[in-house]
Amino acid sequence: MIVADRKPIQEILEMVKDCKKVLIVGCKGCVTVCNVGGSKEVGVLAATLKIAFKKEEISIEMDEKTLERQCDPEYVDQLKDMVDDYDGIISMACGVGPQFLSAAYPEQRFFPAVNTTFFGGAVGHGIWEERCAGCGTCVIHYFDGMCPIARCSKSLLNGPCGGSADGKCEISKDLECIWDMIVRKKMEHGRIDDLLEMKPAKDWQTARDGGPRKSVREELANE
Amino acid sequence: MSDMKAGSNLEKVLKAGHFAFTGECGPPKGANVEHLKEKVAHLKGMVDSVNVTDNQTAVVRMSSWAASAIMVQEGVEPNFQMVCRDRNRLAMMSDILGVYAMGIRNMLCLSGDHQRFGNHPQAKNVYDIDSIQLIAMVKMMRDEGQFMNGEEIDESPRLFIGAASNPFADPFEYRVHRLAKKIAAGADFIQTQCIYNMDKFRDFMKMAVDMGLHEKCYILAGVTPMKSVGMARYMAKSVPGMDVPESLIKRLKDAGKGKVAEEGIKFALEQIEEFKEMEGVAGVHLMAIEWEHRVPEIAERAGVLPRPEV
Ligand code: SF4
Ligand code: SF4
Repeated sequence: MIVADRKPIQEILEMVKDCKKVLIVGCKGCVTVCNVGGSKEVGVLAATLKIAFKKEEISIEMDEKTLERQCDPEYVDQLKDMVDDYDGIISMACGVGPQFLSAAYPEQRFFPAVNTTFFGGAVGHGIWEERCAGCGTCVIHYFDGMCPIARCSKSLLNGPCGGSADGKCEISKDLECIWDMIVRKKMEHGRIDDLLEMKPAKDWQTARDGGPRKSVREELANE
Repeated sequence: MSDMKAGSNLEKVLKAGHFAFTGECGPPKGANVEHLKEKVAHLKGMVDSVNVTDNQTAVVRMSSWAASAIMVQEGVEPNFQMVCRDRNRLAMMSDILGVYAMGIRNMLCLSGDHQRFGNHPQAKNVYDIDSIQLIAMVKMMRDEGQFMNGEEIDESPRLFIGAASNPFADPFEYRVHRLAKKIAAGADFIQTQCIYNMDKFRDFMKMAVDMGLHEKCYILAGVTPMKSVGMARYMAKSVPGMDVPESLIKRLKDAGKGKVAEEGIKFALEQIEEFKEMEGVAGVHLMAIEWEHRVPEIAERAGVLPRPEV
């Protein structure tokens, strides 16, 4: 899923400080799963903002709404009867949400309440880690199901750099060296030969380097 | 002596079977050419060629190609270093052509330290290709006369290709395979990470020799004399992939006040003596960091002077 972190309250406060009436819109997709932008977090943000504004003696009205998804025109449409009632709308979806909302309602202003960080998953309660960088050409089968593009700090394709020590990446003792894990798994399973041939340079055209991407599925697009 | 790949001094020294001795010099943190020339002057005639670091530890310095070109003017042969952190393949290939045009004949291909350590951690990191792919790219440019995309090069760059090897990084068992991969990709010579743990290095070299790697490539053992106990402790604790045994730290400490640097040099000299005899080691790469002025003395005491005229 897409993982995000809530922006600091002060930053959100700054964004909407000139509004009299604000709508906070959550999303039931990824941000609900990673506990950052679902209906529960919408409630928490509304309460927190109210307290903060009260402290500064600013009166502001706040409503809450959570959509099935914000990355789908069908659900975005559900805001149409209420969107004009507000001076500004805070989206708690990933970066995609406020963009879909802005496109659908060009007269309204939308503010992102979260920082979208990565594609990943939960590895423990309250801990998420990056797994994929969306490079557009998946190669993890060469690396026993581990992605060096997203998980090696240097996206190396030919083994661990000289900074790999004690299973940790050279950039932080809190970060696993994914190459250490790949090599050890290959050795354990007797497949170290897989790593002896040079992997050629990656073609980054399918990644963001090739420009913003678009996916067209003819059979659906032509329906 | 025939079929020289680049015809650099370093290549000639190694091909003639001499025990090579290379040095290292970091470009200035500014455009202070005089300071660079002064550092280079200490190394002249003392080593076969000098590595010129490329924004080492991700700290911005004068570009390694420019410092290398200045070195050529000064009559000292550079080993131009290039890391994968700062340039994509376009910039790399154009710089490779550029350095060759400037008279540079050796090039060392490295991954580079991540910018998180450096003085611009805000920078975007590139890593378009990795160090092994870089080696293969330089070799393709030299031997096939082609860019990475297969297009023909009008006069290809003839460079003697170097790579680094760190026998002390993990997983240890894989390190010799990574070395083999670099050689297969096209490395003509290898310089190792600074060696302090001699037992581990002996094991590593034995594996390399058993695989016949020393016959396909020249392996230079990395030596950095310890200047102080603090430096030894810092390297042991804070430099990832550096292996400094406690026994060495104790030896330096026991040398007593004012005598630590001399003890560090003594240890380095003992190492060099052993490397001269060690099977598969073709030379020493002396990284006397900010200690260029001590290189003549170290070279003298190591018995590697005068450097061969080839
Ligand atoms: S190889 Fe590409 S698509 Fe596959 S997990 Fe890694 S970044 Fe994602
Ligand atoms: S230490 Fe491991 S994860 Fe970190 S950059 Fe090096 S190879 Fe990649």
